[in-house]
This record gives sequence, structure tokens and C-alpha cells, in this order.
Amino acid sequence: MLNFIWATMVITGFVVAVINGRMTELSTAILESGEESVMTVLKLIGPMSLWLGIMKLAEEAGLVNILARLFKPLAKFLFPKIPADHPVLGAIMMNFSANLLGLGNSATPLGIKAMHQLQELNQNSRTASDAMCTFLVINTSSLTLIPTTILALRVSANSNEVTAIIGTTLFATCCSTIAGILVNKVLLKFELNNYG
Amino acid sequence: MVNIINLISQSAIPALIVFIILLALYKDVDVYDVFTTGAMEGVSIGIKILPCLIAMLMAISVFRSSGALDLLLGLVAAPLQKIGVPKEIIPLGLIRPLSGTGSLGLVADIINRFGPDSFIGKLASTMQGSTETTFYVATVYFGAVKIKNTRHTILAGLIADIVGFFAAIFICQLVFN
Repeated sequence: MLNFIWATMVITGFVVAVINGRMTELSTAILESGEESVMTVLKLIGPMSLWLGIMKLAEEAGLVNILARLFKPLAKFLFPKIPADHPVLGAIMMNFSANLLGLGNSATPLGIKAMHQLQELNQNSRTASDAMCTFLVINTSSLTLIPTTILALRVSANSNEVTAIIGTTLFATCCSTIAGILVNKVLLKFELNNYG
Repeated sequence: MVNIINLISQSAIPALIVFIILLALYKDVDVYDVFTTGAMEGVSIGIKILPCLIAMLMAISVFRSSGALDLLLGLVAAPLQKIGVPKEIIPLGLIRPLSGTGSLGLVADIINRFGPDSFIGKLASTMQGSTETTFYVATVYFGAVKIKNTRHTILAGLIADIVGFFAAIFICQLVFN
């Protein structure tokens, strides 16, 4: 799927640029995208290292296991193939909490940590496991209680009702997350290949 | 209300870090050593993600700068407007899954033009806050663990984005109109 999407985007883009005569813009944009990628990763490495350090501490202190146990009832529904009490459930719960609090920069490193542990359960296969699909879909549809970035933007635009959008955001994000989980469940069930 | 939310957001990280360190000390963990061992992984994960991100951001920038996105926009705009989607919001719905900074820029632009408390301003804010950048999350998360076959994840993520898009319009019309 990613192969297809990627190639389609590049090839369609090229053809349209030829028709529109926007080759110069296209060349600049391509080179700038490389620079942007490095900047994004550079910006990610700092908070990521920091959170991975904190996560290691939380693990050694037994906190991750406690979180994993708290999360057990919901985990049974979302991730039926992950053994109960597995530490990855703690990592997943840390990621969900960071998302809920609107701490985007912290949610990504914690999510990657969880992906690593899911990959161990997946025996380092190149194909995403059921649990990874579920985890990814929940993350792409976002779980926000407090949309911090948007609130900051509204404050700087001198809004009189900064928080008016919290309720509507909560409603929309619940709808998208529930839809994501359901679609994922259905697709997992009807997929012909049975992955681990 | 804003103050309480700000206070929680601002103190969540420091409070959590201090709490974890205290708990680790109580459990006799060598806090400094363990922290640095964990932090070491961050650099290698960053390097693993970089090639995937370069590939994805290149494709997205080709798609945008060539005008292909505008073309797609032209195709979907008329039918979407017919079912009651405000036309100012349609570009945001298309860019939201592709680029986080791109869509944030659009929201900032909409807020500047129409005002943060206008209907469109609130709708754009709701939309930006209610879903994530699907392609970025999939690229980074799968890239970090070298997954090549992502199965149906992107499809499910995009369906969730579409549901979020319409849910945002529905609830904003109900609450703010």
C-alpha cells in the first residue's frame, strides 16, 4: 500500500508539474523536503532521547508494569493477542496518556518505544502485526483531551472564546477514533492472510 | 478554565519526571545510569526514521508544489460544497492527513482571515485538533521498527480522518450555528 501511494504521489505530481509548467518550483520543493526531513528528525531526537531515558527509569521502578495492569481490561478488547501483564501495555498506556494531555512531542517517542516492544512480540517480521495496526490507527486518529497547539494558536490570535472548541474537538476525535478502531477490527477479521 | 487547563499542561511533564525519579530512587535504581542508557536509544531511532521521512516528505512536497493537490481539490470541491461543507474548509481536510505543519499553517491563515471566534475559525480549530497527521505517524512509527508491509493501516487511518472531518462539521454546525 505504501509503495503504491508513494509512487502515485510522485508520478502524478511530476505529470501535473509538466502540464502546469512548474518544474522550477518542483525542483526547489524536492530539495527543500530533504532539508525539512533532517530538521524534523533533529527536533525529534532530543525529546525522544529524553523520554526514552525517563521510560527506562519508569520501567526499572516498576511503574510501567503497574500501568500495564491498570490498562488490562481495555487492552483485552483492543489488543487481544498481546499477553496480559506484558510491559508493552505500559508503554502503550504512556503513549495514550501523552496524547490525551496534548503533549504531541512526548507522545511520538513513547509511541515508538511501544512499537519496538510490539516488534519484539512480532518476532522482528517485516509485516505489521494486528496489535501494531490497531495501535497505529488509534494514534493517527488522535486521542486529544486538550488540543494544546490549537489553544496556543487561538490565544495568540486574541480569541475571546479560546476553549470553546474543546468540546467540539472532543466529539470529533471520539468519532474518528471509534471509526478507526471499528474499521481496523473489521479489516483484521476479513483479511485473507492471517498474520501473527 | 483556560488557566486550569494551562496549569495542567504546563506542570504535567515536570511533575511526572520528578515522580518517576522519586519512585526509582525508592526502588534503589541507579537513576543516572539507567536514564542515560535509555536516552542512548533515541539517536539510533532518529537515524532509522530519517530515510522513511525523507521519502514521505519528498512525495508530499512533489504532490503539493506541482499543483496536483489543487487539482484534486478542484475535483472534490463541488460535490463537497453541494452536501453543505463550507468551501474555505475543504483544503484543510485534504492537507490534514498529509502534513501537520502544512495544515497548521492553513488553520493560522483561516483564523487570521475570518477571526478565531468566527464559525469557520472554530471549525478549522476543531478539525486541526481532532485528528493526527496520518502519513507522518505511519511513516515514523513503522519506519522506526522497519516494517515494510503496513497492511490496511493507512486505509483505516484515512477512513478515520474522513469520519473526523464530517464529525467536526456536524458538531460545529450544531453548537456554533
